[in-house]
Amino acid sequence: MSVFPLFRRRDTARVARERLQTLLSHERATLGQSDLLVVLREEILAVVAKHVIVEFDHVQVRVDRGKTVSALEINVKVPHPAGMPLAAGF
Amino acid sequence: MAKVLVVTSGKGGVGKTTSTAALGAALAQVGQKVVVVDFDVGLRNLDLVMGAERRVVFDLINVLQGTVKLTQALIRDKRIETLWLLPASQTRDKDALTENGVAGVIRELRSKFDWVICDSPAGNERGALLAMRFADIAIIVTNPEVSSVRDSDRIIGMLDAKTEKAEKGQRMEKHILITRYDPQRAARGEMLHSDDVIAILSTPLLGIIPESQEVLNASNVGMPVTLSNPASAPARAYVDAARRLSGDDVPMIIPTERRGLLDKLFGPRAA
Repeated sequence: MSVFPLFRRRDTARVARERLQTLLSHERATLGQSDLLVVLREEILAVVAKHVIVEFDHVQVRVDRGKTVSALEINVKVPHPAGMPLAAGF
Repeated sequence: MAKVLVVTSGKGGVGKTTSTAALGAALAQVGQKVVVVDFDVGLRNLDLVMGAERRVVFDLINVLQGTVKLTQALIRDKRIETLWLLPASQTRDKDALTENGVAGVIRELRSKFDWVICDSPAGNERGALLAMRFADIAIIVTNPEVSSVRDSDRIIGMLDAKTEKAEKGQRMEKHILITRYDPQRAARGEMLHSDDVIAILSTPLLGIIPESQEVLNASNVGMPVTLSNPASAPARAYVDAARRLSGDDVPMIIPTERRGLLDKLFGPRAA
């Protein structure tokens, strides 16, 4: 608490600038990336679907952004046909 | 060679319509042939700001539907004879706003005018996309305030991805127009400085329009501010911006209100 609150200079524009810089760098990255994720998902689905029957909803692509390394996680759920276990060799 | 401008922002209420009217009038006042086009279908207001609300018979949607010819919907300004208005419809028939239809109207306007200025609706949906779709130059109206700057950033992303120019791999020419700016508050650190806005958006500046009572006075009487009070600070700022659009090298000075001696002596708060 300042002794002279009346004289305290509130530089709110600086706070605005810093908040915007942080927010926009994040938004630009995620928005730019969303297209990439959609493309990856479709192409991965196409490759997998050549060999096994798999539905669009069963392919998940996500990116975990770390400070130095980001992880690209691809999850494909392959349902067993009619409850049967998959053939050996898969 | 005609130039098609879109005046856009993302956020509503930042001054798109005011700026469209003022820039259109400023260009027409020096003899350029200008049409201002209202793309805000269902919520038209450019007619009102231009003082032509009682003269609207046909509109953009009528033209797109083929009901009337373009020349029947164009309204000539009563004060500046090289200034024209193409109003939006007041109905909510937004489906009539098709890409092919808009492309045709813009093509025809290009052949008739030096400047086609499209007043975009707020938001980032269909109407806003079509308003920017065929533009050569975009003017992004931004207030020195966080939500407006954020929305401008989103709109810049759309201009670089979803316009015809961008899809052809060409560079979309973009300019920031800062409106409602208060240089004193910016100097005191109470308002984002124009330099900060430009740095954050990494887009060149077209002009800085100072906050002024003259803007409301102008819209009250249905006149572009460059016409209602040409000596006022916002009018001079808009005239400078229009000259920069025309390719003139105009130094970036924020105009201030000229105060008479009596104002200085007796009206310390007079604008």
